[in-house]
Amino acid sequence: MSLLARYRSLTESGVLGLNKRNGDYIMRFNPRRLYPLVDDKLKTKQVAIKAGIAVPALYGVIETQHDIRRLGEMVTGHREFVLKPAHGSSGDGIIVVAGRSGSLYRTINGTLLDAEFLDHHLSNAISGQFSLGGIQDTVIVEAMVHFSPHFESLSFQGVPDVRVIVFRGIPVMAMVRLPTRMSHGKANLHQGAVGAGVDIANGTTLGGVMSGEVIDTHPDTGVVIAGLTIPGWDTMLDISARCYELTGMGYIGVDIVLDRDLGPLVLELNARPGLAIQIANQQGLLRRLQICEEAANFEALPAERIAFAKKHFAHPVGPVLEPGDVAGQIG
Amino acid sequence: MRNRQLYILASLLAVAGLAIFLFKYQTLGFPVRADAETQVWNVEAAVNFEPGPAAVKVTLQIPSLTPGFTVLDESFVSRGFGLSTHNTTNGREAQWAVREADGPQTVYYRALVYRDPAKATEDSTPPFPEIPEFDEASRIAVDGLIAEVRRQSADVASFTSELLRHINNAGSDPYVRLFLSDTSSPTAKAQLATRILAAAQIPARVSHGVFLKEQTGIARTVPLLEVHDGVEWLYFDPVTRAQGWPQDFLVWWRGNGPIGDVDGGVDVDVSLAVQRSVLNSLEVAERRMDSMGSQAFDFSLFSLPITTQAVYSVLVMIPIGALVIVLLRNFIGIKTFGTFMPVLVALAFRETRLLWGIVLFAVIVALGLLIRFYLEKLRLLLVPRLTCVLTVVVILMAGISVLSQKLDIQPGLSIALFPMVIISMTIERMSIVWEERGASEALQEGFGSLVVAAITYLVMGIPWLSHLIFVFPELLLVVLAVTLLTGRYTGYRLLELKRFRSFRKPVEPAGSPP
Repeated sequence: MSLLARYRSLTESGVLGLNKRNGDYIMRFNPRRLYPLVDDKLKTKQVAIKAGIAVPALYGVIETQHDIRRLGEMVTGHREFVLKPAHGSSGDGIIVVAGRSGSLYRTINGTLLDAEFLDHHLSNAISGQFSLGGIQDTVIVEAMVHFSPHFESLSFQGVPDVRVIVFRGIPVMAMVRLPTRMSHGKANLHQGAVGAGVDIANGTTLGGVMSGEVIDTHPDTGVVIAGLTIPGWDTMLDISARCYELTGMGYIGVDIVLDRDLGPLVLELNARPGLAIQIANQQGLLRRLQICEEAANFEALPAERIAFAKKHFAHPVGPVLEPGDVAGQIG
Repeated sequence: MRNRQLYILASLLAVAGLAIFLFKYQTLGFPVRADAETQVWNVEAAVNFEPGPAAVKVTLQIPSLTPGFTVLDESFVSRGFGLSTHNTTNGREAQWAVREADGPQTVYYRALVYRDPAKATEDSTPPFPEIPEFDEASRIAVDGLIAEVRRQSADVASFTSELLRHINNAGSDPYVRLFLSDTSSPTAKAQLATRILAAAQIPARVSHGVFLKEQTGIARTVPLLEVHDGVEWLYFDPVTRAQGWPQDFLVWWRGNGPIGDVDGGVDVDVSLAVQRSVLNSLEVAERRMDSMGSQAFDFSLFSLPITTQAVYSVLVMIPIGALVIVLLRNFIGIKTFGTFMPVLVALAFRETRLLWGIVLFAVIVALGLLIRFYLEKLRLLLVPRLTCVLTVVVILMAGISVLSQKLDIQPGLSIALFPMVIISMTIERMSIVWEERGASEALQEGFGSLVVAAITYLVMGIPWLSHLIFVFPELLLVVLAVTLLTGRYTGYRLLELKRFRSFRKPVEPAGSPP
């Protein structure tokens, strides 16, 4: 296909490009003054707790080099915990401790870390190694999520999470991110995690995509990706929709994990959600955003907005490609 | 609404920039090409004479009104003479005077002229001439000639042409034979024509000039008959009768007098010589601006001291480099470390040349990364660690310089301006990306930065472009306008076409929302 034809076909598929995302959505609907609320995971957590949106329990905050010594104290009684830089982007600098081995900490993928390593890591994080622009940072110490066995057959270590794009309070597109061996247990598509589109109407998974290629089964477990129903889907839609009131931002990505005991928990919000979700869904975001702008009532209550989303964004919205078609084209 | 404002702003900027550019190019003659050269001629008049015992005064007619040419520069050369120039009714003359001179003397007048089509034949309308006095016989001949010529002509142009025909047939023409013979010089013919034209109440004069030809050497003066028809001056070759301004004709002086004349000297000989050469157009523009008394040059970058100019010749290219980055990032979609890091690296490449610059960059970053990975083990805090990397980078560069000096490789010495801080930050960013997202992503971004820097360097180094921006800095307004417009480009990036390649043209038309 010539470049021009490709360009035109992307336009017709309603694919959202980076320039358009930045210029027409993020700049229009995400006021700069609200960014700190989203960029600082600690603030997000605090307002979420206030609004009654479930989040992983907060054990403590490390703000200064001095605080690092208090880490042991913060996590007494908790065998598992997560260290997370409040301004980290795309999972940088997160350490998940899943247990202890004597004086050592054991991470989720089995590496043993000594206290000195953790101290160094924390001090780097506070100095801003993982934050955008290297600004001073704080580290959140929070409860580890026990991910629901529901996804066990579809992940390699790590915690799968659900990403919902919420446009002015309306969940427009969603995907599940499934960690793989290649992504080192991280639910990050850039690093090789599998993204699987989710039908907004009923929470069942569609096909999967890994590194831009369409796949049918999970590369590590061999389980078929499509057709799995996500438990608590309505709750997930509800908390994603309410994140609009929470932040006031019109174009956000809500990251939700499913805890075995606590149900859906909001992990973080993202003011510049990536575009890979379109590949996972084999659907363009732009068409859905335009449908919202044409027909939706953004002032409505969350429940009504969800009803709107379920009605209009039931899979497929517009034509989709047969997986075989896509595979043939990629080959 | 916001878009309309943007378009208005962008077009205002672009129009302003282009207008100033065009004015400077067309009216002030700033060259758009760096190697543009203007043909100039050095014309020289030498007056040789043998001085007498008393005071000597040399008078030389010099160019003043020169249609088609502009005098850039003139100089008067003599030994021990006092000099003055003054305007006369016929133009300008230079006077050298000395109380006492010994042996053969030469005084020179030199002028540097260049072709200037804009220099029109601006001139005033002359008054009606006085009827010259002739003796009885001559008067009858002149009246007869005028009557006959008038019968054979319709206007001033045809009158002159017809008159010249008669004059050039001096031998067989009963009237003209009285004044001229067949062997009379063209100057004598032209002078006779002016007298007869005066008698017919038509203003006329003779101008003398030289043809500026490709070949150089001794030049002969040629007369040209100028006749005023009441509206404008008409020009005639007194011999061929060809009408119109001759190509490459530089008027030296007007009137019936000689080109020069020496009071108190003998063996006077005035010789003219022409030498063609080329001058940088910028220099011509500058000298011209000087002679016009224009301020344009004083308010351009050329008014700055040379060293400052050198800095600005680089600085004005930075917006161009940044624009290239905009295109590569927002239209192509190449990822780089840091927004403008590649511009700084590209600036550094200016010192090192491209190939060597890339090698240096790669070597320093690779070595720096190794050291950074080692430092990671020591668990230093962030800022001290950055400082360590910076120090190591400086040491590495010093080492490379010394080594290349020992090995006699010249470019190694030129890295002094290599942006160390930027490189240190790059190393830090790269090592973090390396650890967090894997080597391939880090190398990809590093490679992307290098490619962008190389492209930026190449664009910033285009000679005609840097000349254009430096001579016409107002073009930066156009760059600004273009950048403003790119700021509202919300289409796909080139690499997105690849990224979303699994999307294909829908088989059926898209469902519209109910």
